[in-house]
Amino acid sequence: MADVTAGSDPNPKTGSTGDVVRASLARRNRKQTILQVLGLGAISFAFLMLFILIASLVSTGYQAFTQTHITLEVFIDPEEVPLERLPRGGFDDVLDASLAAMLEGVDPNDRATMRALGNLLSNGAQFKLRDRVVEDPDLVGQTVTIAVPVSDPYDQLNKGLIDRETPEQYRRLKDFEIAWFDQLTASDAISEPLNIGLISNPDSRFPELAGLKGALIGSFWALLVCFLISFPLGIGAAIYLEEFAPKNKFSDFVEVNINNLAAVPSVVFGLLALAVFIGWFGLPRSAPFVGGMTLALMTMPTIIIATRAALKAVPPSIREAALGVGASKHQVVFGHVLPLAMPGILTGTIIGLAQALGETAPLLLIGMNAFITSAPSGPFDSATALPTQIFIWADSPERGFVSRTSAAILVLLGFLITMNAVSIFLRNKFERSW
Amino acid sequence: MNDMKEVERDAAAGDIKIQARGVQVFYGDTHAIKDVSVDILDKTVTAFIGPSGCGKSTFLRCLNRMNDTIDIARVRGDIHIDGDDIHDPSIDPVQLRAKVGMVFQKPNPFPKSIYDNIAYGPRIHGLAATKTELDEIVERSLRRGAIWDEVKDRLHEPGTGLSGGQQQRLCIARAVATEPEVLLMDEPCSALDPIATAQVEDLIDELRRNYSVVIVTHSMQQAARVSQKTAFFHLGNLVEYRETGQIFTNPEDPRTESYITGRIG
Repeated sequence: MADVTAGSDPNPKTGSTGDVVRASLARRNRKQTILQVLGLGAISFAFLMLFILIASLVSTGYQAFTQTHITLEVFIDPEEVPLERLPRGGFDDVLDASLAAMLEGVDPNDRATMRALGNLLSNGAQFKLRDRVVEDPDLVGQTVTIAVPVSDPYDQLNKGLIDRETPEQYRRLKDFEIAWFDQLTASDAISEPLNIGLISNPDSRFPELAGLKGALIGSFWALLVCFLISFPLGIGAAIYLEEFAPKNKFSDFVEVNINNLAAVPSVVFGLLALAVFIGWFGLPRSAPFVGGMTLALMTMPTIIIATRAALKAVPPSIREAALGVGASKHQVVFGHVLPLAMPGILTGTIIGLAQALGETAPLLLIGMNAFITSAPSGPFDSATALPTQIFIWADSPERGFVSRTSAAILVLLGFLITMNAVSIFLRNKFERSW
Repeated sequence: MNDMKEVERDAAAGDIKIQARGVQVFYGDTHAIKDVSVDILDKTVTAFIGPSGCGKSTFLRCLNRMNDTIDIARVRGDIHIDGDDIHDPSIDPVQLRAKVGMVFQKPNPFPKSIYDNIAYGPRIHGLAATKTELDEIVERSLRRGAIWDEVKDRLHEPGTGLSGGQQQRLCIARAVATEPEVLLMDEPCSALDPIATAQVEDLIDELRRNYSVVIVTHSMQQAARVSQKTAFFHLGNLVEYRETGQIFTNPEDPRTESYITGRIG
């Protein structure tokens, strides 16, 4: 700023330079203070918003990290579960029977009561018991102790999300059902362990069984494919443009369009992928491979721009030093410039991949928001990804998905924070001074 | 500081190493070098002096075709080294730069170990067949760069960790490691303190035995101390090129006189 007026007045009567400077000093200091206050204000505002976001996610999401279980003493009745018919059998019936035995005043022959009682257990409980028995058929005819998840309404009740004061007709659980649960709680059958299923289960219609395994594996494959395509191509393109391409109208045109590509809305890439990869090439829908290729289209411009900036930041003295001892152009680039630019390139790449990890719109268009209840075994299997799984859960009506949506967002944020931390770590580790 | 070594001057020491005729350099629309013709002798230190922006560095960079790396620079005219046209299509600039080493204004060691800094050139040119040979080249180059005794115990520490003067001598050692025939130095002492400068100057005098050394310098005292021949550049023209002693004691051109007496520049 050239607004310092000291000495600009040739008339010495207005005072010495010192007086003029002193007069303007207060104004200049005030400007600096205002700037600092504004900066601090902006940072505080950003942190406040971040805090509100995390706090609201944690306050709704923490309940999804535990799952209410009930511990049952189940007599595997050989009449209900005949050895020769395994793995089929009336596992739900033996579970219900053991449940009825734990409660007072439940008549095992009253079918309506038994049906209501059966709703206490998760639909997955019978499969958990079945897997246990199939693994060890000797259990038939014996009594096993097994902890199984309760169904979503009872999970909600246990976590205090169902208000007992609500009139019975508006409540998801009737008075007698609440009474059952209270009896079970009193007999120490109810526990609330860590919800490993949130990570180890694939998606499910039932909130208490739904997990992120499919989405995590889907995101992993998609990101791997995205990285394998966009990293070499992006770096190659950037090196060519920055180091080898002649500077002319054509390279200017390419540069402008790469910047344009980085600004294209992601949904457009999704439509492109739908038309080209799925429509023309006939690649499978919902596959992480296609998702990865789509994300690579978006990540590549980011990597190109970051790589070019990193290459530009390498001081010319290093290039001259290498050229001066007779290194060829490609030896200069690959022996000196690229290693020095690597921290910047890695940072840009990881930030690009973190963006790709959180990208939803293009994946919706190629069908990665399908309801898939098994984890993919490879990049060509149907799968969801973390952000699309959040999208699906946020759209689901069951009460239990509310907390699971928040929990999934926390998992996604956890991965993003980890990736950004890794990029900072790599930058600091490989940064070299010259 | 050592005094002017007029006694030692033997301009007859070398044959013509570099012959430049009618060299013109343009940076875009700027005419940076105007029709410069000069003969640079072998086993001689030739100094280029002149005010800032006079084109002395630009001309130096013509001699190993470093200007090729600047997109907007265009070079005209003939430069022959040992009778070979350096702009001949059959001459690769890489080959030329292996023969014409360069030391830059700011010490610019690679961010690698001291050993690798020296070994890089011989490695890429395939000058050493075995590790032992490479070790010998490194030691010989560092000795020639007058820095061996200071770094022999820490060859695998980064070259960027040395002091400024040591870094510059490391860069000189790096430049001589590829056994060049000509050594170009672009203000090699401008970033150094007087003690480091004296060390580098002694080194330059030493290097004269084996090389044709061309040094660009801002300091007329330095030119007087280290060189046998001096060329004075002004506004892109080569004004005067003579024995160093004559240029400083008895300049022919009034511009040279003005410059060395401090009236222009």
